[in-house]
Order: sequence, then C-alpha cells, then structure tokens
Amino acid sequence: MKKKLLSVILATAMVATMVGCGSATSEPAAAPAAEEAAPAKEAAPAEEVAEEPAAEEASDDLIVVGYAQVGAESDWRTANTESFKTTFTEENGYQLIFDDAQQKQENQIKAIRSFIQQEVDYIVVAPVVETGWETVLEEAKEAGIPVILSDRMMDVSDDSLYECWVGGNFVKEGSDAAAWLKTYLEGQGKGEEEINIVTLQGTIGASAQVGRTDGFASGMQDNWVMLDKQTGEFTQSKGQEVMESFLKKYPDIDVVVCENDNMAFGAIDAIKAAGKTCGPEGDITIISFDAVAAAFDSMIAGDMNADFECNPLHGPRVAEIIQKLQAGESVEKIQYVDEAYFDTSMDVAAIKETRAY
Amino acid sequence: MKKFKLEGNQFLLLITILLFFIMYAIGLIVFRDNNFGRLQVFLNLFVSNAGLIVIAVSMTMVLITGGIDISVGSVVAMTCMLLAWMMEKQGIGAVPAVIIVLLVGIVFGLVQGFLIAYLKIQPFIVTLAGMFFARGMTAIISTEMISIKNELFLSWAQEKIYFPFGGYVNKKGVTINPYIYPSVVLALLVLVIVFIMLKYTKFGRSIYAVGGNEQSALLMGLNVRRTKLKVYIIDGFLAAFGGFLFCLNTCSGFVEQAKGFEMEAIAGAVIGGTLLTGGVGNVIGSLFGVLIKGTIETFITFQGTLSSWWTKITIAALLAFFIILQSLFAKAKEKRK
Repeated sequence: MKKKLLSVILATAMVATMVGCGSATSEPAAAPAAEEAAPAKEAAPAEEVAEEPAAEEASDDLIVVGYAQVGAESDWRTANTESFKTTFTEENGYQLIFDDAQQKQENQIKAIRSFIQQEVDYIVVAPVVETGWETVLEEAKEAGIPVILSDRMMDVSDDSLYECWVGGNFVKEGSDAAAWLKTYLEGQGKGEEEINIVTLQGTIGASAQVGRTDGFASGMQDNWVMLDKQTGEFTQSKGQEVMESFLKKYPDIDVVVCENDNMAFGAIDAIKAAGKTCGPEGDITIISFDAVAAAFDSMIAGDMNADFECNPLHGPRVAEIIQKLQAGESVEKIQYVDEAYFDTSMDVAAIKETRAY
Repeated sequence: MKKFKLEGNQFLLLITILLFFIMYAIGLIVFRDNNFGRLQVFLNLFVSNAGLIVIAVSMTMVLITGGIDISVGSVVAMTCMLLAWMMEKQGIGAVPAVIIVLLVGIVFGLVQGFLIAYLKIQPFIVTLAGMFFARGMTAIISTEMISIKNELFLSWAQEKIYFPFGGYVNKKGVTINPYIYPSVVLALLVLVIVFIMLKYTKFGRSIYAVGGNEQSALLMGLNVRRTKLKVYIIDGFLAAFGGFLFCLNTCSGFVEQAKGFEMEAIAGAVIGGTLLTGGVGNVIGSLFGVLIKGTIETFITFQGTLSSWWTKITIAALLAFFIILQSLFAKAKEKRK
C-alpha cells in the first residue's frame, strides 16, 4: 500500500510541476476573475456572458501574432527572435506567441496547427526548409489566417497560400559589394589595373549563395578577373581549407569575396598562415557578408575591409505589413528589409556598440 | 492489494493513461480561453504524430523481444527522400513508389534481423550501423531538399476526413468541422493490428516469451531466432510505413528529417510501460506515451512564451518517473519470489 501511495504522490507532484510550467506567466489576473464571476450568477447563459468579455478583452485590443521560428542556432537567429519579441509587445498592441522549432520542420507544422486553433490573427513563419508546406498552409488559409514568411522562402505551387515574404535582398548585397569594391579601388588609384578576385561561396543552392554570387557578378568590371569560385559551405574550417588551396594555386590574389563572415574568418587565418597580409593595410582585400559582431572585431583589428549586412531585424517590417493588412490594404509579395554595409573607413568600433547582434 | 501486485504492468499502463487525461484536463482548465477544449486540438495530436505512433508501436514490439532499433529515425528520413526522389526526379507513380519504399523497409529489417538473430550481434550495434547507413543513403540520393508535387500523393496528404459534429465558427466567421487526415486512420489501423497480433496470436505470445527469458523460450521449443528475425522484418516494414505517414505530413525529402525520432519512439514506449529489459510492454501504452509528448508540446505552443525545450525537460522528468516506478515494481516482484 505504501508504494501505491508513494506513486500517487509522485504522480501528483509531477502533474503539479507541469501546471507550474503551463501557467507560469500566462494569465495571473484574468483567470481568478472569471472563476469568481461564474458562480455568482447561476444561470448558464449568464455564465457565458460573464466569461465572454474577459476573453474578448484580451484578444480584441491586441493583435495576436504567432511566430514559428527556426531555432536558436546562431547569433543572427537570436537577434531575429529578439527583434520580434521587442516589436510585438503588449505596449505596441500585440500579443506574441513564440515557438522555437529546434530546427525541425515537423515542430513548425505542429506550431502552425496550434496557432490556427488559438485563432491568432497572423502567422509568421521562418521556415526551416523550403519544401512541404502546402498541407498546413491550406489549413491556415481555410481558417482565414494570413501567413507571412520571414527570412527564407517556401517552395509552394500556389503563392496565394502566403501573404508575403520579408527578408534580405541577397542580390543587392552582392551588387553593393561590387560597387563598393569599384569605388574602393578607384580611391586607391587602381581603377584601371587588372584585379584578381577569388570567391568563397556559401552552400551551393542556398538563397544567400545564389543571390550574392549573382549580385557580385552583375557588378564585375572589365579589368577584374574572377580567378576561381569554390564553396566553403558557410563554415570557418571549410573556408580556410579552400582559401589555402587558392593561395597555392594563384600567387597573385588581390581580392577575396567571402559569402559569409565565418568563411572570411577562415580565409583570414589561411592568408596569415601563408605569410601574406590582408585588410586595408595588407595585400589582399577582404569583402564579407552578414556583419556579425565578430566581423566588427575583425575590421577593428584591420583584417577585413568591408562587410555587407544581412539584417536580422525583421520585426518592425513585419509589424508594418500587419498594420497595412489590418487597414485592409494589399501588400507587395516580396518585402526587403533595409540593409547597410560597413567598412574600415567608418568608426566601426562605435558602430559595433550600437548593434543588437 | 493482491490484485495490484499481480497486475503490476497493467497498473503502470493505467498510470500512463491516467496521467494523459489529468494533463489534458489541466490544459482544459489553464487554456480554457485559448480554445484548448476544441476537438481539433485533440485530433491534432494524432494528425501531427501519425508517423511517430507507428514507429512507437513498432519500437514497442522490438523492445518486448529485449532488442532495440535506433535506425528508425534514419529509415524514416530515407523513406521520405526515396519517395520524393522517385516521384519527382524519376517520374515514378505514387503507388509504385510507396510499394518500393515498403519493400526497401522489409529488406532493411531482414538484414538487421539476420545479423541480430542469427549472428547474435548486439541489436544496438547493428541498428546503429543501420542508422548511419540509412542517413548516409539519404544524403547520397540527394543533399538538396525535394518537394513532393505528385498530385496523387498530395491528394492523399491533403484529403481531409471531416467529422460531422464538433464544428466551430472562428472569429473570421469561417465554420470549420474537425478533421483528420488518412494518415491518422492508417496509424490507428497499424496500432490495432499489432495490438491484436501481440495479444491474441501464437506469434505475439512467443515475442513476449523470447523477451521474458530467452533460455526458457528455447526450452519451451520456440524458435527464438526465427521469432526475432520476423520481428525485425515487421519492424523494418513499419519503419518504412511510419516514414510514409511522416512524409504525408511534411511532403518533402530532406537529409535532416526525423533526427532523434528513434529516441522519441523509445521515450513514448517507456512512458507507456515497456521495459527495456524485454518481456513487458503494451502498444496502447506507447500510444499514450506519444500522446503525452504531443500534449506537452501543445501546452508549450499554447503558453506561447516558454522555450520549446521545456518539452525535452518534461519528457526527461516523466521518463525518470516511469523508470523509477518500473524498478519499484520489479523489486516488489523479486520480493514475492
């Protein structure tokens, strides 16, 4: 009997902990109020009347937004999450339901289904992968809930399944980088010289890789020579490896374009290990993308020349879109966020202090 | 008192089922303003976990023999990728593609089963190799994501089976009746078939006997090796079938899919009262194990501000709770002897 008792106690304790998790922050004031109101009036319809306004009050004023985030795999992602959390606050008239999918699509699908049941006003998804969204988006459409995509696109046959997409313009980042390089070289009096360029590409097929490669290619000048392009798969170690082989193969490299910061760090290591120098004072010009905090350190140290931002702060732009939709306006399918670039001619140390990521 | 001692395993099952209902009731109270009480919220537990239910059922059967299969997650990923690749890149029809992946699953189970039953290699090691192999094969087929656009397949995936009751009007004024997808029906069908097989057939009873005590099963004249082989073949088939259901939910093939799926299945089975030492287990318990996991996930998304990693922590707590409970029962059993 003792054991039975023990197990019952254990079970109760377990359940109690769970309640603790479930209700910790949700509705400290509203719940008791509704409970008290119900028994006061005994008739069933009165009960409904008493409870309805309480529920309405919460949802009427606030626009409820469900955000199915990829996860917390990088600084960029964390900054993106923070941007949503600071934009969609109750002071601004929103209630944010946030879900971290732990990099699993199936978790995101579950989250979207749960958002539909909670009757959120808008669903925002940063899809883990591009494929396989038709079924659940159909469910959202059927329920009449608009879906906004953030960061990554979805590969769906019917693009009326989502309202719009918000993200970085990778092609523009690439062409901006080429334009910057042109101005920079002219400033150094090398505008007419033959310039040898190599590119460390991202994971082939990723939208950041495709956009940045194409964008940079569109800004190529006649006197520039693209010696080689190879993938460093967005990682530091692979970037270093590829750069080492480039340095062996091509003795005279003037510019390295790295399609993200991690590969740039690898490339810088490789260049230094080969006894060459880089940065504004060195032989090789380094151009990178993303502009994470560590890249600013690299610019401060004089290793990197310029970095083109991939802005994670999507929250304000999504809020803008939601306000438009609330007003019944139609919105553009593709919405780019504003992006800047940074180079060593700026006071990068001061800029770094002001940045969220 | 006596009855409780005799039926310790049933008692564990009862606790699991009870726990599920208590948790659900708590959800109904805590989230009563967020539509937690809708039938659809409950049905979504099945809709989103149809594949996992099949995998957990299959895992339970393997665990009862005293074995384990940690390759299932990778087999699910390989199945999805094969389906997507065959239909989208090779132009194979949906029906033959599904038949082919099920055959692949059977062959996979046959090889693993042969190594385990006849060469007496540890199931953990064999299926670990299977896990790496299947994940690797998935990447060999394609490292890129493949989206399934085959119309017949999508019609299976998106065909809603509406319930005639329990509908609601949402605040946009749309009336929606609760619905499930065919994958749910298939998953429950598998559950019922395996339940009947384990409980009422000679083969089912020999699975329990092999897992309970291999020596005495041998002495009883049971063909232990063949029983094990058959179990792993069924397991391979069900892994592929679970993969098919999983694919109906995600409609794509992707290398990273279903990572850690095998562990979720094992957790579901253990919470449902299956012993890793073999001989004890019930697929109904495993179903509730999966539903409990689903309920915790639903809690987290309804709560909206908690980190989703609390799901893992809660599952860990539940696992610890059930393992302790099981060992208490095992001790009580020994005492009686």
